[in-house]
Amino acid sequence: MTTLAAIESELDAFIPQAEPRAAAERLIALAEQALEHWVVARGDEPTGDLQEGFRLLALHRQGAKGVPSFNACRETCREIAYHHHLIAAEPQSALVTQRQRMMAMLAKHLLLFVSGKLQVEGLGEFCCAARPLRLESQQT
Amino acid sequence: MSDTEVEDKKAKYRRVAYYPGCALEGTGHAYNSSTKAVGKALGLELQEVKNWNCCGAMEVKNIDPKVQTYLSSRVMSIAANEMRADVVMAPCNGCYHNLKKAEHDLAQDPASREVVDRISRKAGHAAYRAGQVETIHALDWIKHGLGEDGLKRRIKNSLKGLKVANYYGCMYTRPRHIFPEKDRGPGSESTSKPHFMDDLLEAAGAQNVEFPLKTACCGGAHTLSDSDTSTKLVLNILRAAEAAGADVIATECPTCHSGLEMHQVRAEKVLGEKTTVKMLYFTQLLGIALGLSPRKVGVHENVSEGLELLRSKGLA
Repeated sequence: MTTLAAIESELDAFIPQAEPRAAAERLIALAEQALEHWVVARGDEPTGDLQEGFRLLALHRQGAKGVPSFNACRETCREIAYHHHLIAAEPQSALVTQRQRMMAMLAKHLLLFVSGKLQVEGLGEFCCAARPLRLESQQT
Repeated sequence: MSDTEVEDKKAKYRRVAYYPGCALEGTGHAYNSSTKAVGKALGLELQEVKNWNCCGAMEVKNIDPKVQTYLSSRVMSIAANEMRADVVMAPCNGCYHNLKKAEHDLAQDPASREVVDRISRKAGHAAYRAGQVETIHALDWIKHGLGEDGLKRRIKNSLKGLKVANYYGCMYTRPRHIFPEKDRGPGSESTSKPHFMDDLLEAAGAQNVEFPLKTACCGGAHTLSDSDTSTKLVLNILRAAEAAGADVIATECPTCHSGLEMHQVRAEKVLGEKTTVKMLYFTQLLGIALGLSPRKVGVHENVSEGLELLRSKGLA
Protein backbone atom coordinates (compact mmCIF):
# COMPACT_ATOMS: atom_id res chain seq x y z
CA MET A 1 0.00 0.00 0.00
CA THR A 2 1.31 3.47 -0.88
CA THR A 3 2.22 5.36 2.27
CA LEU A 4 0.23 8.39 3.34
CA ALA A 5 3.37 10.50 2.97
CA ALA A 6 3.80 9.33 -0.64
CA ILE A 7 0.15 10.14 -1.43
CA GLU A 8 0.59 13.58 0.13
CA SER A 9 3.74 14.21 -1.92
CA GLU A 10 1.99 13.24 -5.14
CA LEU A 11 -0.96 15.51 -4.34
CA ASP A 12 1.37 18.38 -3.44
CA ALA A 13 3.18 17.95 -6.74
CA PHE A 14 -0.01 17.69 -8.79
CA ILE A 15 -0.43 20.14 -11.63
CA PRO A 16 -3.50 20.21 -13.89
CA GLN A 17 -3.08 17.88 -16.85
CA ALA A 18 -3.77 18.13 -20.55
CA GLU A 19 -5.71 14.86 -20.19
CA PRO A 20 -8.21 15.91 -17.56
CA ARG A 21 -10.10 12.63 -17.39
CA ALA A 22 -6.90 10.69 -16.69
CA ALA A 23 -5.98 13.26 -14.04
CA ALA A 24 -9.40 12.89 -12.39
CA GLU A 25 -8.99 9.10 -12.35
CA ARG A 26 -5.60 9.41 -10.72
CA LEU A 27 -6.86 11.89 -8.12
CA ILE A 28 -9.82 9.75 -7.14
CA ALA A 29 -7.51 6.73 -6.89
CA LEU A 30 -5.29 8.67 -4.48
CA ALA A 31 -8.33 9.64 -2.41
CA GLU A 32 -9.39 5.98 -2.30
CA GLN A 33 -5.93 5.00 -1.14
CA ALA A 34 -6.17 7.48 1.74
CA LEU A 35 -9.44 5.89 2.85
CA GLU A 36 -7.96 2.40 2.46
CA HIS A 37 -5.38 3.33 5.11
CA TRP A 38 -8.17 4.10 7.56
CA VAL A 39 -10.10 0.93 6.77
CA VAL A 40 -7.02 -1.28 7.02
CA ALA A 41 -5.90 0.35 10.28
CA ARG A 42 -9.25 -0.61 11.76
CA GLY A 43 -8.63 -4.21 10.78
CA ASP A 44 -10.99 -4.43 7.81
CA GLU A 45 -10.51 -5.40 4.17
CA PRO A 46 -11.12 -2.33 1.94
CA THR A 47 -14.32 -2.85 0.00
CA GLY A 48 -14.37 -3.14 -3.78
CA ASP A 49 -18.04 -2.18 -3.86
CA LEU A 50 -19.42 0.95 -5.44
CA GLN A 51 -21.85 3.40 -3.94
CA GLU A 52 -23.63 5.76 -6.32
CA GLY A 53 -21.07 4.60 -8.88
CA PHE A 54 -18.02 5.43 -6.76
CA ARG A 55 -15.75 3.11 -4.78
CA LEU A 56 -14.63 6.22 -2.88
CA LEU A 57 -18.11 6.67 -1.41
CA ALA A 58 -18.37 2.96 -0.57
CA LEU A 59 -15.01 3.14 1.22
CA HIS A 60 -16.18 6.18 3.16
CA ARG A 61 -19.32 4.36 4.23
CA GLN A 62 -17.23 1.38 5.31
CA GLY A 63 -14.86 3.64 7.24
CA ALA A 64 -17.67 5.49 9.01
CA LYS A 65 -19.34 2.32 10.28
CA GLY A 66 -19.30 2.58 14.08
CA VAL A 67 -17.39 5.89 13.95
CA PRO A 68 -19.94 8.66 13.37
CA SER A 69 -17.26 11.35 13.62
CA PHE A 70 -15.71 9.96 10.44
CA ASN A 71 -18.66 11.57 8.66
CA ALA A 72 -16.82 14.86 9.04
CA CYS A 73 -15.15 13.91 5.73
CA ARG A 74 -18.35 12.72 4.01
CA GLU A 75 -18.94 15.92 2.06
CA THR A 76 -15.27 16.10 1.13
CA CYS A 77 -15.64 12.64 -0.45
CA ARG A 78 -18.85 13.70 -2.18
CA GLU A 79 -17.17 16.85 -3.51
CA ILE A 80 -14.34 14.72 -4.90
CA ALA A 81 -16.92 12.54 -6.66
CA TYR A 82 -18.73 15.67 -7.88
CA HIS A 83 -15.53 17.14 -9.32
CA HIS A 84 -14.75 13.80 -10.97
CA HIS A 85 -18.18 14.02 -12.60
CA LEU A 86 -17.61 17.62 -13.73
CA ILE A 87 -14.24 16.82 -15.27
CA ALA A 88 -15.47 13.61 -16.92
CA ALA A 89 -18.58 15.28 -18.29
CA GLU A 90 -16.92 18.45 -19.56
CA PRO A 91 -13.24 17.76 -20.30
CA GLN A 92 -13.17 20.66 -22.78
CA SER A 93 -14.65 23.18 -20.35
CA ALA A 94 -12.74 26.38 -19.75
CA LEU A 95 -13.03 25.55 -16.07
CA VAL A 96 -11.35 22.16 -16.31
CA THR A 97 -7.97 23.36 -15.04
CA GLN A 98 -9.55 24.94 -11.99
CA ARG A 99 -11.65 21.84 -11.37
CA GLN A 100 -8.57 19.62 -11.41
CA ARG A 101 -6.82 21.96 -9.00
CA MET A 102 -9.81 21.93 -6.65
CA MET A 103 -10.14 18.15 -6.88
CA ALA A 104 -6.48 17.79 -5.86
CA MET A 105 -7.08 20.10 -2.87
CA LEU A 106 -10.12 18.10 -1.86
CA ALA A 107 -8.11 14.86 -2.05
CA LYS A 108 -5.38 16.50 0.01
CA HIS A 109 -7.96 17.53 2.61
CA LEU A 110 -9.27 13.99 2.82
CA LEU A 111 -5.75 12.67 3.25
CA LEU A 112 -4.99 15.16 6.04
CA PHE A 113 -8.26 14.36 7.76
CA VAL A 114 -7.52 10.62 7.65
CA SER A 115 -3.96 11.22 8.91
CA GLY A 116 -5.24 13.27 11.85
CA LYS A 117 -7.98 10.80 12.60
CA LEU A 118 -5.52 7.89 12.63
CA GLN A 119 -3.45 9.68 15.22
CA VAL A 120 -6.44 10.66 17.37
CA GLU A 121 -7.65 7.06 17.34
CA GLY A 122 -4.18 5.68 18.01
CA LEU A 123 -4.15 3.75 14.75
CA GLY A 124 -1.73 3.54 11.87
CA GLU A 125 2.01 3.62 11.54
CA PHE A 126 3.58 6.75 12.97
CA CYS A 127 6.98 5.23 13.39
CA CYS A 128 8.43 1.85 12.56
CA ALA A 129 7.52 0.40 15.94
CA ALA A 130 4.15 2.01 16.70
CA ARG A 131 1.77 -0.74 15.63
CA PRO A 132 3.59 -3.73 17.21
CA LEU A 133 3.82 -1.81 20.50
CA ARG A 134 0.14 -0.99 20.43
CA LEU A 135 -0.86 -4.55 19.64
CA GLU A 136 1.42 -5.84 22.37
CA SER A 137 -0.10 -3.52 24.94
CA GLN A 138 -3.58 -4.65 23.94
CA GLN A 139 -2.66 -8.29 24.46
CA THR A 140 -1.19 -7.80 27.94
CA MET B 1 -41.58 25.86 2.37
CA SER B 2 -45.10 27.21 1.94
CA ASP B 3 -45.86 30.94 2.03
CA THR B 4 -47.58 30.47 5.37
CA GLU B 5 -44.49 28.78 6.83
CA VAL B 6 -42.31 31.61 5.53
CA GLU B 7 -44.55 34.23 7.15
CA ASP B 8 -44.77 32.24 10.40
CA LYS B 9 -41.01 32.06 10.66
CA LYS B 10 -40.66 35.74 9.85
CA ALA B 11 -42.98 36.63 12.72
CA LYS B 12 -41.46 34.09 15.10
CA TYR B 13 -37.83 35.09 14.50
CA ARG B 14 -38.36 38.84 14.97
CA ARG B 15 -37.74 38.43 18.67
CA VAL B 16 -35.62 35.53 19.90
CA ALA B 17 -33.79 34.43 23.03
CA TYR B 18 -30.10 34.93 22.40
CA TYR B 19 -27.56 32.37 23.59
CA PRO B 20 -24.08 33.72 22.78
CA GLY B 21 -22.15 30.92 24.52
CA CYS B 22 -18.66 31.08 26.02
CA ALA B 23 -16.66 31.58 22.82
CA LEU B 24 -18.53 34.77 21.96
CA GLU B 25 -17.47 36.25 25.28
CA GLY B 26 -13.84 35.43 24.54
CA THR B 27 -12.11 34.86 21.22
CA GLY B 28 -15.34 35.34 19.29
CA HIS B 29 -16.16 38.71 20.85
CA ALA B 30 -16.34 40.40 17.44
CA TYR B 31 -18.92 37.83 16.33
CA ASN B 32 -20.99 38.73 19.39
CA SER B 33 -20.82 42.49 18.86
CA SER B 34 -21.42 42.24 15.11
CA THR B 35 -24.40 39.89 15.60
CA LYS B 36 -25.99 42.33 18.03
CA ALA B 37 -25.25 45.34 15.81
CA VAL B 38 -26.67 43.63 12.72
CA GLY B 39 -29.78 42.55 14.62
CA LYS B 40 -30.36 46.12 15.74
CA ALA B 41 -29.85 47.50 12.25
CA LEU B 42 -32.29 44.96 10.83
CA GLY B 43 -34.95 45.44 13.50
CA LEU B 44 -34.53 41.88 14.78
CA GLU B 45 -34.67 41.74 18.56
CA LEU B 46 -32.36 39.70 20.79
CA GLN B 47 -33.02 38.97 24.44
CA GLU B 48 -30.03 37.31 26.04
CA VAL B 49 -30.80 34.11 27.94
CA LYS B 50 -30.56 34.92 31.64
CA ASN B 51 -27.81 33.28 33.64
CA TRP B 52 -26.86 31.00 30.79
CA ASN B 53 -24.20 28.31 31.15
CA CYS B 54 -21.74 26.48 28.90
CA CYS B 55 -23.46 24.14 26.42
CA GLY B 56 -21.08 21.33 27.38
CA ALA B 57 -19.04 21.86 24.23
CA MET B 58 -16.50 19.15 23.52
CA GLU B 59 -14.98 18.67 26.96
CA VAL B 60 -18.06 17.60 28.91
CA LYS B 61 -19.39 15.63 25.97
CA ASN B 62 -16.23 13.54 25.88
CA ILE B 63 -16.55 12.66 29.55
CA ASP B 64 -20.32 12.19 29.88
CA PRO B 65 -22.59 12.98 26.93
CA LYS B 66 -25.70 13.01 29.12
CA VAL B 67 -24.29 15.73 31.35
CA GLN B 68 -23.71 17.74 28.18
CA THR B 69 -27.35 17.09 27.26
CA TYR B 70 -28.37 18.47 30.65
CA LEU B 71 -26.17 21.59 30.31
CA SER B 72 -27.65 22.40 26.91
CA SER B 73 -31.16 21.62 28.13
CA ARG B 74 -30.77 24.08 31.02
CA VAL B 75 -30.23 26.92 28.54
CA MET B 76 -33.38 25.93 26.66
CA SER B 77 -35.29 25.50 29.93
CA ILE B 78 -34.50 29.06 31.02
CA ALA B 79 -35.53 30.38 27.59
CA ALA B 80 -38.78 28.41 27.62
CA ASN B 81 -39.84 28.44 31.25
CA GLU B 82 -38.42 31.71 32.58
CA MET B 83 -38.36 33.92 29.48
CA ARG B 84 -41.37 32.37 27.74
CA ALA B 85 -39.41 32.37 24.48
CA ASP B 86 -40.34 30.22 21.48
CA VAL B 87 -36.96 30.44 19.77
CA VAL B 88 -33.34 30.29 20.97
CA MET B 89 -30.75 31.66 18.59
CA ALA B 90 -27.16 30.42 18.97
CA PRO B 91 -24.59 31.93 16.56
CA CYS B 92 -21.81 29.52 17.58
CA ASN B 93 -21.80 26.25 15.64
CA GLY B 94 -20.74 24.30 18.73
CA CYS B 95 -23.58 25.68 20.88
CA TYR B 96 -26.08 25.39 18.05
CA HIS B 97 -25.04 21.79 17.43
CA ASN B 98 -25.19 20.87 21.13
CA LEU B 99 -28.61 22.39 21.71
CA LYS B 100 -29.96 20.62 18.64
CA LYS B 101 -28.41 17.36 19.82
CA ALA B 102 -29.94 17.78 23.29
CA GLU B 103 -33.31 18.46 21.67
CA HIS B 104 -32.99 15.28 19.62
CA ASP B 105 -31.81 13.14 22.55
CA LEU B 106 -34.59 14.37 24.83
CA ALA B 107 -37.17 13.55 22.18
CA GLN B 108 -35.76 10.09 21.46
CA ASP B 109 -33.93 8.76 24.47
CA PRO B 110 -35.66 8.01 27.83
CA ALA B 111 -32.28 7.62 29.58
CA SER B 112 -31.34 11.19 28.60
CA ARG B 113 -34.69 12.45 29.91
CA GLU B 114 -34.13 10.65 33.18
CA VAL B 115 -30.69 12.26 33.65
CA VAL B 116 -31.98 15.72 32.73
CA ASP B 117 -34.95 15.35 35.09
CA ARG B 118 -32.73 14.24 37.93
CA ILE B 119 -30.11 16.98 37.58
CA SER B 120 -32.74 19.66 36.94
CA ARG B 121 -34.54 18.67 40.14
CA LYS B 122 -31.29 18.83 42.04
CA ALA B 123 -30.50 22.24 40.51
CA GLY B 124 -33.97 23.49 41.39
CA HIS B 125 -35.35 24.42 37.97
CA ALA B 126 -37.95 23.02 35.60
CA ALA B 127 -36.65 20.25 33.38
CA TYR B 128 -36.67 21.07 29.69
CA ARG B 129 -39.12 19.09 27.57
CA ALA B 130 -38.38 18.44 23.89
CA GLY B 131 -40.29 20.81 21.66
CA GLN B 132 -40.61 23.69 24.13
CA VAL B 133 -38.34 25.92 22.05
CA GLU B 134 -36.88 25.89 18.56
CA THR B 135 -33.11 26.30 18.36
CA ILE B 136 -31.83 28.20 15.34
CA HIS B 137 -28.50 29.52 14.06
CA ALA B 138 -27.78 33.19 13.34
CA LEU B 139 -28.00 32.28 9.64
CA ASP B 140 -31.58 30.98 10.07
CA TRP B 141 -32.43 34.05 12.10
CA ILE B 142 -31.54 36.54 9.37
CA LYS B 143 -32.47 34.34 6.42
CA HIS B 144 -35.96 33.59 7.74
CA GLY B 145 -36.49 36.54 10.08
CA LEU B 146 -35.90 39.04 7.32
CA GLY B 147 -35.06 37.27 4.07
CA GLU B 148 -32.91 38.34 1.16
CA ASP B 149 -35.41 40.87 -0.14
CA GLY B 150 -35.71 42.57 3.22
CA LEU B 151 -31.94 42.61 3.52
CA LYS B 152 -31.46 44.04 0.02
CA ARG B 153 -33.75 46.95 0.86
CA ARG B 154 -31.52 47.89 3.80
CA ILE B 155 -28.15 47.70 2.04
CA LYS B 156 -26.34 51.05 2.11
CA ASN B 157 -22.83 49.93 1.25
CA SER B 158 -23.01 47.10 -1.28
CA LEU B 159 -20.28 44.46 -1.04
CA LYS B 160 -20.00 44.58 -4.82
CA GLY B 161 -16.54 43.61 -5.97
CA LEU B 162 -15.80 41.56 -2.87
CA LYS B 163 -15.15 37.90 -3.66
CA VAL B 164 -16.20 35.66 -0.81
CA ALA B 165 -15.61 31.97 0.00
CA ASN B 166 -18.29 30.93 2.46
CA TYR B 167 -16.99 28.52 5.07
CA TYR B 168 -19.55 26.73 7.27
CA GLY B 169 -17.38 24.17 9.05
CA CYS B 170 -18.62 20.75 10.01
CA MET B 171 -20.92 21.22 13.01
CA TYR B 172 -23.53 23.37 11.30
CA THR B 173 -24.84 20.43 9.28
CA ARG B 174 -23.69 17.24 10.99
CA PRO B 175 -25.03 14.80 11.98
CA ARG B 176 -28.00 15.24 9.67
CA HIS B 177 -30.53 13.59 12.00
CA ILE B 178 -30.34 16.36 14.61
CA PHE B 179 -31.39 18.93 11.98
CA PRO B 180 -34.81 17.68 10.85
CA GLU B 181 -35.67 21.09 9.36
CA LYS B 182 -32.78 20.89 6.87
CA ASP B 183 -32.85 19.14 3.47
CA ARG B 184 -36.55 19.84 3.07
CA GLY B 185 -36.44 21.32 -0.39
CA PRO B 186 -36.64 24.93 -1.56
CA GLY B 187 -36.24 27.47 1.21
CA SER B 188 -34.57 25.03 3.59
CA GLU B 189 -30.88 24.64 4.30
CA SER B 190 -28.88 21.83 2.68
CA THR B 191 -26.62 19.64 4.80
CA SER B 192 -24.42 18.66 1.87
CA LYS B 193 -24.15 22.07 0.21
CA PRO B 194 -25.22 24.70 2.74
CA HIS B 195 -26.12 28.01 1.14
CA PHE B 196 -27.77 30.36 3.68
CA MET B 197 -24.59 32.39 4.16
CA ASP B 198 -24.06 32.48 0.38
CA ASP B 199 -27.64 33.73 -0.05
CA LEU B 200 -27.34 36.49 2.53
CA LEU B 201 -23.97 37.77 1.34
CA GLU B 202 -25.09 37.69 -2.26
CA ALA B 203 -28.09 39.79 -1.24
CA ALA B 204 -25.58 42.19 0.32
CA GLY B 205 -23.84 42.47 -3.06
CA ALA B 206 -20.90 40.11 -2.58
CA GLN B 207 -19.69 37.75 -5.28
CA ASN B 208 -19.58 34.21 -3.89
CA VAL B 209 -16.89 32.00 -5.35
CA GLU B 210 -17.24 28.27 -5.98
CA PHE B 211 -15.69 26.84 -2.82
CA PRO B 212 -15.89 23.05 -2.46
CA LEU B 213 -14.33 22.97 1.01
CA LYS B 214 -17.18 24.89 2.65
CA THR B 215 -18.00 22.09 5.11
CA ALA B 216 -14.55 20.53 5.34
CA CYS B 217 -12.99 19.86 8.73
CA CYS B 218 -10.78 22.69 10.06
CA GLY B 219 -9.08 20.37 12.56
CA GLY B 220 -10.56 22.36 15.44
CA ALA B 221 -11.12 19.30 17.60
CA HIS B 222 -7.45 18.36 17.73
CA THR B 223 -5.86 21.75 17.40
CA LEU B 224 -4.06 21.28 20.73
CA SER B 225 -3.31 17.55 20.58
CA ASP B 226 -2.15 17.57 16.96
CA SER B 227 -1.45 21.15 15.91
CA ASP B 228 0.54 20.23 12.82
CA THR B 229 -2.36 18.38 11.19
CA SER B 230 -4.72 21.23 12.11
CA THR B 231 -2.33 23.71 10.53
CA LYS B 232 -2.14 21.65 7.35
CA LEU B 233 -5.94 21.29 7.19
CA VAL B 234 -6.41 25.03 7.61
CA LEU B 235 -3.67 25.81 5.12
CA ASN B 236 -5.42 23.63 2.57
CA ILE B 237 -8.71 25.50 3.18
CA LEU B 238 -6.95 28.87 2.85
CA ARG B 239 -5.17 27.83 -0.33
CA ALA B 240 -8.37 26.44 -1.82
CA ALA B 241 -10.14 29.74 -1.07
CA GLU B 242 -7.33 31.65 -2.73
CA ALA B 243 -7.33 29.30 -5.70
CA ALA B 244 -11.07 29.91 -5.99
CA GLY B 245 -10.31 33.62 -6.26
CA ALA B 246 -11.62 34.70 -2.86
CA ASP B 247 -10.56 37.93 -1.16
CA VAL B 248 -12.13 36.87 2.08
CA ILE B 249 -13.42 33.76 3.83
CA ALA B 250 -16.75 34.43 5.52
CA THR B 251 -17.23 32.45 8.72
CA GLU B 252 -20.15 31.67 11.01
CA CYS B 253 -18.45 29.75 13.81
CA PRO B 254 -16.05 31.24 16.39
CA THR B 255 -14.00 28.04 16.65
CA CYS B 256 -13.53 27.76 12.89
CA HIS B 257 -12.82 31.48 12.65
CA SER B 258 -10.13 31.40 15.37
CA GLY B 259 -8.69 28.21 13.88
CA LEU B 260 -8.39 29.75 10.42
CA GLU B 261 -6.82 32.91 11.81
CA MET B 262 -4.39 31.27 14.22
CA HIS B 263 -3.27 28.51 11.87
CA GLN B 264 -2.80 31.02 9.07
CA VAL B 265 -0.22 32.67 11.29
CA ARG B 266 1.21 29.30 12.38
CA ALA B 267 1.45 28.03 8.79
CA GLU B 268 3.66 30.98 7.94
CA LYS B 269 5.79 30.63 11.07
CA VAL B 270 6.17 26.84 11.16
CA LEU B 271 5.79 25.78 7.55
CA GLY B 272 6.91 28.98 5.84
CA GLU B 273 3.63 28.98 3.87
CA LYS B 274 2.11 32.44 3.50
CA THR B 275 -1.50 33.00 2.49
CA THR B 276 -3.15 36.38 2.25
CA VAL B 277 -6.89 35.65 2.20
CA LYS B 278 -8.69 37.43 5.07
CA MET B 279 -11.26 36.06 7.52
CA LEU B 280 -14.35 37.99 8.52
CA TYR B 281 -17.51 36.82 10.28
CA PHE B 282 -20.51 36.94 7.97
CA THR B 283 -22.15 39.30 10.48
CA GLN B 284 -19.20 41.69 10.11
CA LEU B 285 -19.66 41.68 6.35
CA LEU B 286 -23.40 42.20 6.65
CA GLY B 287 -22.80 45.01 9.15
CA ILE B 288 -20.46 46.77 6.72
CA ALA B 289 -23.07 46.35 3.97
CA LEU B 290 -25.71 47.84 6.26
CA GLY B 291 -23.56 50.93 6.66
CA LEU B 292 -22.07 50.16 10.08
CA SER B 293 -18.46 51.13 10.69
CA PRO B 294 -15.73 48.45 10.74
CA ARG B 295 -15.09 49.34 14.39
CA LYS B 296 -18.74 48.88 15.29
CA VAL B 297 -18.63 45.31 13.98
CA GLY B 298 -15.25 44.58 15.56
CA VAL B 299 -13.05 44.25 12.48
CA HIS B 300 -10.16 45.64 14.56
CA GLU B 301 -10.53 42.67 16.95
CA ASN B 302 -9.82 40.08 14.27
CA VAL B 303 -6.33 38.58 14.08
CA SER B 304 -6.71 38.54 10.32
CA GLU B 305 -6.40 42.18 9.29
CA GLY B 306 -9.39 42.80 7.10
CA LEU B 307 -9.51 46.58 7.31
CA GLU B 308 -7.04 47.21 4.48
CA LEU B 309 -9.00 44.84 2.26
CA LEU B 310 -12.25 46.64 3.05
CA ARG B 311 -10.58 49.98 2.31
CA SER B 312 -9.19 48.71 -0.98
CA LYS B 313 -12.72 47.72 -2.00
CA GLY B 314 -14.13 51.09 -0.99
CA LEU B 315 -16.05 49.54 1.88
CA ALA B 316 -14.36 51.36 4.75
